[in-house]
Amino acid sequence: MSFFKRLRESIASKTEAVTSKFKEGLAKTRSVLTDRVAELFTRRKKIDDAFFEELEEILIGADVGVNTVMELIENLRAEVKKRKIEDPSELQPILSEKLMDLLRGSGEDASLKMDPDGITVILFVGVNGVGKTTTIGKLAWRFKQQGKSVLLAAGDTFRAGAIEQLEVWGQRAGVDVIRQEAGSDPAAVMFDAVREAKKRGVDVLLCDTAGRLQNKVNLMEELAKIHRVIQREIPGAPHETLLVLDAATGQNALQQAKLFGEKSGVTGLVLTKLDGTAKGGIVIAIRHEMALPVKFVGLGEKMDDLQEFDPEQFVHALFAGLAGNGENEGE
Amino acid sequence: MAFEGLTSRLQNVFGKLRGRGKLTEDDVNEAMREVRLALLEADVNFKVVKDFIAKVKEKAVGQEVLKSFTPAMVVIDIVNKELTELMGGTQAKLAKSNKPPTVVLMAGLQGAGKTTLTGKLANLLKTQNHKPLLVAGDIYRPAAIKQLEVLGGQIGVPVFTLGDKVSPVEIAKRGVQQAKEQGNDYVLIDTAGRLQIDEALMDEIKQIHDAVDPDEVLLVVDAMTGQEAVNVAQSFHEKLELTGVVLTKLDGDTRGGAALSVKAVTGCPIKFASTGEKIDQLEAFHPDRMASRILGMGDMLSLIEKAQANIDADKAAEMERKMRTAEFTLEDFLEQMEQVRKMGPLDQLLDMMPGMNKLKNMPNFKVDEKQIARTEAIVKSMTRQEKLKPDLINFSRRKRIAAGSGTTVADVNRLLRQFEDMKKMMKQFSGLMGPGGKGPKGGMKALKNMLGKGKGGMKFPF
Repeated sequence: MSFFKRLRESIASKTEAVTSKFKEGLAKTRSVLTDRVAELFTRRKKIDDAFFEELEEILIGADVGVNTVMELIENLRAEVKKRKIEDPSELQPILSEKLMDLLRGSGEDASLKMDPDGITVILFVGVNGVGKTTTIGKLAWRFKQQGKSVLLAAGDTFRAGAIEQLEVWGQRAGVDVIRQEAGSDPAAVMFDAVREAKKRGVDVLLCDTAGRLQNKVNLMEELAKIHRVIQREIPGAPHETLLVLDAATGQNALQQAKLFGEKSGVTGLVLTKLDGTAKGGIVIAIRHEMALPVKFVGLGEKMDDLQEFDPEQFVHALFAGLAGNGENEGE
Repeated sequence: MAFEGLTSRLQNVFGKLRGRGKLTEDDVNEAMREVRLALLEADVNFKVVKDFIAKVKEKAVGQEVLKSFTPAMVVIDIVNKELTELMGGTQAKLAKSNKPPTVVLMAGLQGAGKTTLTGKLANLLKTQNHKPLLVAGDIYRPAAIKQLEVLGGQIGVPVFTLGDKVSPVEIAKRGVQQAKEQGNDYVLIDTAGRLQIDEALMDEIKQIHDAVDPDEVLLVVDAMTGQEAVNVAQSFHEKLELTGVVLTKLDGDTRGGAALSVKAVTGCPIKFASTGEKIDQLEAFHPDRMASRILGMGDMLSLIEKAQANIDADKAAEMERKMRTAEFTLEDFLEQMEQVRKMGPLDQLLDMMPGMNKLKNMPNFKVDEKQIARTEAIVKSMTRQEKLKPDLINFSRRKRIAAGSGTTVADVNRLLRQFEDMKKMMKQFSGLMGPGGKGPKGGMKALKNMLGKGKGGMKFPF
């Protein structure tokens, strides 16, 4: 399987530190998804309905979306028929490759779209409690490390203590926060923040918003308004609108991506709390069913645990075990 | 639509069954396959789904569904009962200690909504004339203490805090101590969010538990949680011996499979459901209602409760008579609308209506409160005579009404047309609900029975 070799070579060129972050952060997903798949393939001696059902359960159990799983299983059944495969071990490399194809998608660029000359505005949206404010804090620190000047906009004027939370992150990262009183119009906060950013000539403006459930029409309209205000002040901004998703979320994540996409023109995803859950699986569903790239993943609680999403790292961390087996079978 | 709701999904399945006179075992199997898929899509844990399907199949066969006259109804009934049981059978209340204060400990993942929920619970207790004390035990998340203080300030409930430099164990201990001294009868301890695999933090919450010996340990679970909900609940249960679960963010469009899983795996009842961002949007969790909601029978019980709290029974009786005899006028229509609006936001009401989920998911259907205000304005711009006899309204009157209500003639036309349609529909509806008529759904029948017993009785024109 030259595919795995290529993958390994491309990863070898990357730093050890990043690789180990991914590996550690995804340890749980690996044990639930990958190890169970591998175990299934060695235990079962025949490919039958029971085999497929069990495979289906493992994948669904890791929050790989139901639609995606059904499609995948259909494909596998067709392959089995076409190639007259009888031994599960022959099917395993096919599954691995298909999963990885899903994860890699069309191979679009996962890096952030920045404005090299002017102010880069990044808007963060998402439902309640996914970690928007924390993500902004970590990202502010990250940009600061890169020597950029950063400004934060405290757009969550609704939740008690949200502004203070952002201010604490601002202090930690050494970055100023533009704020108004709790309860004020978030669009007005954005207006102030953009003006201030222009005046100071900062490199990056990170805009926090209040968490909102995607089925609340009025709150979603508010988001559209925020978007408009920013756009009016800086044409072409926000350069990125990132939807922050909790990795423990189930199928509702797809609905979130869809509705936030419609209202605020989401350009990418941030997947948080990926370290604690068994659920890297939702990444597969999102990449398969949405045309949205994952830009960052949260792999831990420390400042530097927010990592740029690298599909190859992700695949490697998840399927290292499978790849090894696949190759042995092939040789 | 990427997803149909679990409700509409099951409706489709049983719609198929309902259309047939007799069922083969294959039909049941097919239906169960659809139920399984629907439950999985709703994020119900796959193990729970498996058990559930097996149980229902077994019971369906045992009750000789295949020979029954209306097999579909029998199947729905079994699925309904099993769902209700899965979610906890009867309603569970908040614990109350014989020796006050009653200590309640909150636990859960980051972002589940613990702090907000703690505030809501304190508000609920306060309205029941209790004297709760909030204890700010989340020393890790920036401004978490501040958040609790703001919430406490809003509802007038004291907050105990020692800042973020003292260990949460100590804070909890001294918080309970203060409650004893100051005569608070409930102590609600907020804690930091933690991953169930974080051993250090899990040990910490265990220490808090041991230090204050809580009467109630509530696990706060985000209703949108996927398959992981089961692992979270299990781990916290093993560590803390949970006594109950609270579901948050249930007002989203999630199908809430977590609710089904959590109880099945831990055996802990779901005690509350959080259904909005406002401080008073916390409700007792009713497994039976949730089950029938999932099954497409709508949450009729909740709706009736709301209606009874808000609708004048005499007026309703009069309205019903008018509807039946088609004397219903635009004036009545206006009044009706005002009554319905008193019950709460329209989209929430629609959620509770049988079959309305389907309507809501249609692309050009949007619940728009402003539209209702416009409709009101139009009707209010009519003369009394026009309201009583809409036939009178010719073009020049339409123009006047449009100008008076700040709308267009097209809007006025649309309303008048809708009103006519509604009158027609009402005639059919009252025929359906009349004596001897059998509603198509079990929920309708239940509603009718309920209303029959109540004074006056009432029906809804939608």
